[in-house]
Amino acid sequence: MNCDECKQNPATVHLTEMYNGNKSEMHLCASCAAKKGALMFDPNQFNLPNLLGGFLGGPQTVQGFANSVAPPVCKNCGVNFLDIRNTGKLGCPVCYQAFSEELESSLKRIHGNSQHTGKIPLRSGEKTRVKRQLEDLKEQLQASIVNEDYEKAAEIRDMIIDLEKKLD
Amino acid sequence: MGIDHLLYSTHVGWMDSKAGTDTDVVISSRVRLARNIDPVPFPHLLDEQSGKEVVAMVRKACAESGYEPLQALQAVTFDQLSELDRLILMEKHLISPQHAHFSSDYRGLMVDSDGTRSIMINEEDHLRIQGLFPGFALDECNRQVQLMDDALEKHLTWAFDSQRGYLTACPTNVGTGMRASVMLHLPGMAMTAQINRIFHNIGQLGMTVRGLYGEGTEILGNLYQLSNQVTLGLSEEEICHNLSLVARQIIEQERMVRESLKTGMAYQLRDKIGRAYGILSHVGIISSNEALTLLSDLRLGVDLGLITHIQPTAINELIVAIRPAHLQKRAGQDMDAFQRDIRRAEVIREILFRK
Repeated sequence: MNCDECKQNPATVHLTEMYNGNKSEMHLCASCAAKKGALMFDPNQFNLPNLLGGFLGGPQTVQGFANSVAPPVCKNCGVNFLDIRNTGKLGCPVCYQAFSEELESSLKRIHGNSQHTGKIPLRSGEKTRVKRQLEDLKEQLQASIVNEDYEKAAEIRDMIIDLEKKLD
Repeated sequence: MGIDHLLYSTHVGWMDSKAGTDTDVVISSRVRLARNIDPVPFPHLLDEQSGKEVVAMVRKACAESGYEPLQALQAVTFDQLSELDRLILMEKHLISPQHAHFSSDYRGLMVDSDGTRSIMINEEDHLRIQGLFPGFALDECNRQVQLMDDALEKHLTWAFDSQRGYLTACPTNVGTGMRASVMLHLPGMAMTAQINRIFHNIGQLGMTVRGLYGEGTEILGNLYQLSNQVTLGLSEEEICHNLSLVARQIIEQERMVRESLKTGMAYQLRDKIGRAYGILSHVGIISSNEALTLLSDLRLGVDLGLITHIQPTAINELIVAIRPAHLQKRAGQDMDAFQRDIRRAEVIREILFRK
């Protein structure tokens, strides 16, 4: 089988990606896979932190920050994204915001999702609950517009405005 | 120190087959929640001082929770325990192998009298809230850990983000922070080589299969730990429900295989179980791998009703009692591998034929 990308070299890297329940497969040669930043297997480096680091776009996949002068740093704990790639661990809760962009695709790769839909803390989760309620209402709004139920749509719109005020 | 009996006893709550359901296939069920205190750095970045503060906060939160199961937990930090005692807790599945490595005064365990509820402190995350029950009891495990979580949250502010959920040191746990698992005994499926076919595709369902002591441990005694892999994008109930569905299918399949073995290969089966019984009853030197293999055969005999005078609970207890740390604790001395193999043979008889 030849590489899906260059169609010349034999495909040696086979990627299966699950994203929101949809499965896609890619067959690449080593150099195209490296270009795409896919997880590369070097048996000597095969241990758990490296593997997780790989998921986080770690050293195996090269490119990116490795060449840049100053990798971004978390203001709360001082950890930078290279540390995270190397250890497979974030430094503190604030890291999730500090490296939100970098983490987005890794989380999708690990979990097939990047949005939490589970439990919300009772005490500190008020804002999240309102946000989730808002999303629900917005979906309902769309549905009632599609159904041309404008009376209901207006009702929902008012509820959304009220909730948005609550968020600010 | 209030956890002495947990160190000396070879029995803990999850071994109690009579208290669980589907115990012919499911040894135990576990749910654990990873939680961190906002905005404290994760344990691998903590120094002694800030690590101890986390321990103190967790202990205080338990004491003031007003929730009896939390107030009943006994706390121990690892400077108070020898390496042997930490291994004892690991062999009983109360702490992870990684956690057992540490002897520091800011890592530890809070645990109830029979190991059913516990909290690992400053393992990979500040808290790992655990519920461990006999038999097939994922929903009950989930209910119990959520109650503990709710009560703790009154006094501790969890690191939480509306997009990413509960924030954890490792991104593989973020979201619900939940790992649910069942320990399955699958001799029938192993014997008929059906295991690989089933487990081959389990990754696509967001689940994984591991050995007796979790991540990176080998499969021994036909014991398989099935757990969820995905923690983000599913609710806690969905995770438990999905895992239960898969486990339920495996349980039914295992039972069918056992029945067909019982009718189609009656003599071979009786021979295998009889040999295991004979060796375990009279052996003088035995390795833990051989013991686990034979105990698996014996357990199959008990579950099929071919052996009637041995309790499944005794076999569960032996899974743990024959491990190196438990043997040495029981003997009250350090032992090399050869001495342990001798002692193991004695302990097997003591526990199997205990009145």
